[in-house]
Amino acid sequence: MSKTITIDGLTVPFRDGQTIMDAALASGVYIPHLCHNPEFKPHGSCKLCTVNVNGRNAASCTMPATEGLQVLNDTAELNDERRALVQMLFVEGNHLCPSCEKSGNCQLQAVAYYLEMMSPHYNHFYPTREVDASHPGILLDRNRCIYCELCVRASRDADGKNVFGLTGRGMATTLIVNSASGRLGDTTLAVTDKAVQVCPTGALMKKGLAYTVPIGRRIFDHHSIKDVQTGGGHE
Amino acid sequence: MTFELETAANPQGLKRVVIEPVSRVEGHGKVTLLLDDDNRVHQARFHIVEFRGFEKFIQGRPFWEVPVIVQRLCGICPVSHNLAASKAMDMIVGAQLTPTAEKLRRLMHLGQVLQSHALHFYYLASPDLLFGFDSEAAKRNIVGVAAAYPDIARQGVALRKYGQEIIRLTSGKRVHGTGAVPGGVNKSLSLEERDYLLKDVEQMIAWSREAVELIKKVYGDRPDFHNGFGYFRSCFMSLVREDGALDLYHGGLRARDEHGQSIFDHVDYRQYWDYIHEEVRSWSYMKFPFIRSRGREEGWYRVGPLARVNNCDFIPTPLAEAERKIFKAFGGGGATQATLAYHWARMIEMLHCAEGIQELLHDDDLLGSELVSQGERSLRGVGVLEAPRGTLIHHYRIDEDELIVRANLIVSTTHNNQAMNEAVRQVALQYLDGQQLTEGLLNHIEVAIRAFDPCLSCATHAVGKMPLEVELVDAGGNVIDRLAKNSDGQCGA
Repeated sequence: MSKTITIDGLTVPFRDGQTIMDAALASGVYIPHLCHNPEFKPHGSCKLCTVNVNGRNAASCTMPATEGLQVLNDTAELNDERRALVQMLFVEGNHLCPSCEKSGNCQLQAVAYYLEMMSPHYNHFYPTREVDASHPGILLDRNRCIYCELCVRASRDADGKNVFGLTGRGMATTLIVNSASGRLGDTTLAVTDKAVQVCPTGALMKKGLAYTVPIGRRIFDHHSIKDVQTGGGHE
Repeated sequence: MTFELETAANPQGLKRVVIEPVSRVEGHGKVTLLLDDDNRVHQARFHIVEFRGFEKFIQGRPFWEVPVIVQRLCGICPVSHNLAASKAMDMIVGAQLTPTAEKLRRLMHLGQVLQSHALHFYYLASPDLLFGFDSEAAKRNIVGVAAAYPDIARQGVALRKYGQEIIRLTSGKRVHGTGAVPGGVNKSLSLEERDYLLKDVEQMIAWSREAVELIKKVYGDRPDFHNGFGYFRSCFMSLVREDGALDLYHGGLRARDEHGQSIFDHVDYRQYWDYIHEEVRSWSYMKFPFIRSRGREEGWYRVGPLARVNNCDFIPTPLAEAERKIFKAFGGGGATQATLAYHWARMIEMLHCAEGIQELLHDDDLLGSELVSQGERSLRGVGVLEAPRGTLIHHYRIDEDELIVRANLIVSTTHNNQAMNEAVRQVALQYLDGQQLTEGLLNHIEVAIRAFDPCLSCATHAVGKMPLEVELVDAGGNVIDRLAKNSDGQCGA
């Protein structure tokens, strides 16, 4: 007999070693998340996947599932907090959806829609962040970076290159690249690298593809992020 | 062609009348008049009081993003900005458009001009034309038109909707879509989409013909009044096709002087700066372009429907061409200079758009699959087309990383800046000078501005030259204090 937890009253089986997030996704239960990608080691930084476990809040992407855990996920209180976190992400960077080439395919935008975010609520910081277009095939637009470190993890763990890293603390946090010049074009990053494919926002984009998918045929035009991430996995 | 009434010789002691905001136009503007005790006009200016700054804040962005960013200049004519920028980006990627891409863009543009002209004529201008310039203000609006002339109002709404549907099916959204991309388009029409548009096109042509008849009747009922209202002579500039035909999407620049004589013709727009310069004046956020060879005082000009219908040798669709001939004959065979003739020319163009849409919808290239092309890259791109309000120039430079380093936008309404000011001054002299001012009389000023269908939000982008200024002026007109904030954020006297 398999071990189980309950999420919002639903019995969800799990295997030893799985996190609450792993078990939830395997059973088609959506827990909002941005920094998590099942292909990589959990990071636990965005905190969107915070759930209530036996009365205490915990990041579901890092919390191991153990027999009988009572998990609350889709509650008004948790979703209010998640919405506030997403709003803070929006004002902390420069996320201009109307002209962004990632619009319609962007997980940040999609999760904001899912959480019914109607406005940024907080004052925009309008930080000055650098765009690095020096790579012939890849654009790095730091305005859209949410510091999830998925590119850091993918470059290190999947590509074996260590192209990306974070430096600085708090508001001074910056995504840097591993080259003497500090420019992406001088790194070993290739267009086919996993690191280029995992960005949940438009911070890392392949050049030459912008707006080539018409409105109406983009990933989230007809499906919510819940449907996409529980049905078809990650984009 | 002078600058009379732009600046009063002695502003001290003159009273100031302000029309703010100017209503039933796109964007925010105001008119200021300086009058003496006998209500004689000493100064009249049309100010653009909003600031957009797109030229500046697209710097540092990837070039391929620009057509989507700059269409946010406007909610009425976003397609024009999207396409002008896309044409510039075609040059940057070295594209020769495929027939499918060019025809889809042309269809999108005709839909854009159709809906914009319908919006202006029915929603913004018809209240003046149908009720009278000094009619009851409370009814002088589209709601009043809908009550008194329900069929006309309904046709206006339906024409606009049809144009918006064309935009939706070619760009993905009715407003601010993504159809045009550098080197082409991202979708063609399906058979179902084409048939959906074909279903109503005959009706659109019929209603457009009725619109031309309506403006002809309004105009013809009082020809001397309409010809004389805000009358002045000026140069005209527009794009024309190689054979001299009206072409809203592509062509060479043609300019004629106030007597109809050619100043330049079939100019390659990629060298526009050899022919057009822009002047900055301290009291407006909108620049003042002029034809370089004639200088700032003699070289200002008009663009838009009146310029295009005057300048072209013919219109390449039969019904609109027949109307152009009537228009031309009414003007005595030469260029029609009357300010209010803009409305008439605009409706002839709307008819041309409806006919052009029908013609294109029967072209199977719209269903094609070859959407994008590329060639030898360039660091500079210039895109020019005829937007609803006139010639629209987008000019970009990129660096080796393909990021924008410089942009210059000369927007349709900007070309008309001096002309709109001239129209305001003529009407001020004709109707307000020495009169006791009333709301109806002040509306005459707005009627002159509305004829140009200005889009003020599109037109104000220069940054770094015009500081924000605050002046403290006493009752005698003396400046007591002055504070200026420059583009670098520094304040000083």
